[in-house]
Amino acid sequence: MASVEEKVKHIIVEQLGVDEEEVKSEASFVDDLGADSLDVVELVMALEEEFGLEISDEDAEKLTTVKQAVDFISSHAK
Amino acid sequence: MRRDEEQTMGRRVVITGMGLISPVGLDLQTSWNALLAGKSGVGPITRFDATDYPCKIAAEVRGFNAEDHFPRKELRKIDLFTQYGMVSSAEALKDSGFEIHDGNAHRVGVYIGSGIGGLPVMETVHAKLLERGPKRVSPFFIPAMILNLAAGNVSIQTGAKGPNMALATACATGTHAIGESYRLISEGYADAMISGGTESSVSPLAMAGFSSMKALSTRNDEPERASRPFAVDRDGFVLGEGAGIMILEERESALARSARIYAEITGYGMSGDAFHISAPAADGGGAVRSMSTALERSGIRPDEVDYINAHGTSTPAGDEIEVRAVKKVFGDHAYKLVCGSTKSMTGHLLGAAGGLEAIVAAKAVADDVIPPTINQENPDPECDLDSAPEVKREMTVRTALSNSFGFGGTNATLILSKHHS
Repeated sequence: MASVEEKVKHIIVEQLGVDEEEVKSEASFVDDLGADSLDVVELVMALEEEFGLEISDEDAEKLTTVKQAVDFISSHAK
Repeated sequence: MRRDEEQTMGRRVVITGMGLISPVGLDLQTSWNALLAGKSGVGPITRFDATDYPCKIAAEVRGFNAEDHFPRKELRKIDLFTQYGMVSSAEALKDSGFEIHDGNAHRVGVYIGSGIGGLPVMETVHAKLLERGPKRVSPFFIPAMILNLAAGNVSIQTGAKGPNMALATACATGTHAIGESYRLISEGYADAMISGGTESSVSPLAMAGFSSMKALSTRNDEPERASRPFAVDRDGFVLGEGAGIMILEERESALARSARIYAEITGYGMSGDAFHISAPAADGGGAVRSMSTALERSGIRPDEVDYINAHGTSTPAGDEIEVRAVKKVFGDHAYKLVCGSTKSMTGHLLGAAGGLEAIVAAKAVADDVIPPTINQENPDPECDLDSAPEVKREMTVRTALSNSFGFGGTNATLILSKHHS
C-alpha cells in the first residue's frame, strides 16, 4: 500500500501538472510548483477527498509546502 | 472607392487571418475543402448517451484532442468552448503573420462571443453539487463556465492587451462580435482584433431544451441528410459546435506590413425584431432592416452582392422568412445572386455560426468559389433562390453578405468585399 507521503505527492503531481522529481518535501506550492491561489484551493479539496477528512480554511492556509501537507494528513487522517 | 470617407468617416478594416474548428475539419483549410466538396459533418451524438432524446444527432467536432494543445493541468480549468476559441485564435494569428509585441499589444484587442458558454461544465459540476455538496465545487468552475473566458484566455495566451470583450446574442453572436470589432478598429480604439465566436454545447441539457422547443431536426436515421435549409421537407436545425475566429486589422497598417488580405469588411448592420423570444418576425422586417442598414452604411449597391451566406438554419419558418427578406432587399437581383447555407453541412454552431460563416464569406470573396448547399433534392417553392445546390459554384464574388439571426429577435449582417489596393 502506498504511504501517505506517496499518495500526497501523487495528488500534487496530478493537480499541479508537475514532474514527480519536483515534488520535494520542502517545495512550496506557490513559489516552487507554480500554483496560484485557486490551484491551492483545489489541491486541498483533492486531499480532503482522497483522505476522507475536512480541512478548515484556517488549517488550509498553513499548508504551503509538500511537507506541511504530508504532516497534516498523517496526523489527521482517519 | 466611394465607400469609406463620406459614408462612415472611419478607418478601413481588412481580414488578414482566419482560424476554424468545425464539424467538417479541425482547421481552416481542411474545413474549407470539406465544405467545397459538400461534405456533411452531422452524425449520431457521441458526447453522451442520447437514446432517450427525441433528437439523437448533432454536428460534433470530431478528432479534437485537447491534450495536443493544452497541458493537462490547464484542461481542468477551461471548458470545451474556450479550448476551441483558443486553438482557433492561435491558428488565425499564425495565418495572419501578425505579431503581438510590447510595442503594439495595447492596440490589439480580443472580442470573442459564445451563445451559451460553458453549459457542459455547469451540468457536470451541478450534478456533483447535488451529490456531494457545496464543498466539492471546484474553484475553477466559474472561470471555466462564464462565457467571456474564451476572450480572457485568448488575451492571456497571446498577450493582446487592448479591448477585451465577449457578447452573447444567441445565434447572432459571432456576427455581432466581428461587427463590433470592425467598429472598434474603425473608430480607433484598436488597430487589430482577434474576433469571432466559439461554442460547444452538445450536452444533455442543451439537447433536451432545444428539443422541447421543437427546434431540432429529428431525422435521426439519416443524419447527413438532416440539415436541409430551403428544402420543402426541412424539419429543424442540427446542433453544431466549433469556433470561427478572424484577425481584423486596420487597412493601412496591414498594407504596411504587406499582409495577405482575404477581404475588406465594408458593412455591418444590426436590428431587433421586437416580436417573439424565439420565432422570427413573420414579415422578415428584422432581417430586412439588418441587411439594409449594412448595405446603406457600406455604400455598396445591392446588385454588387454576388453571394449571401444565409442564416438558413433549416427550420420551417426561419428559412422562408429569410428568403422573403432577401427578395425585399435585393429585388430582381435576389434571383441573380447565390443565397446558400453552409449549415446544410456544418449544422448550426449557434454563437460560433457567425464566425464560421464570415470566414466562408471571406474565402468565397478571396477565392471566387462558393460552397454548395447540400440536401436540396426537394425544393420548396417558397424558397426559390439559387442556393448553389449540391455542387460548389466557381464564379466571381465581388461582395458577400453574411446573415445571422438569434433568439430574442436579434439580427446582424456583415458585408465583405474584395480588397483593392
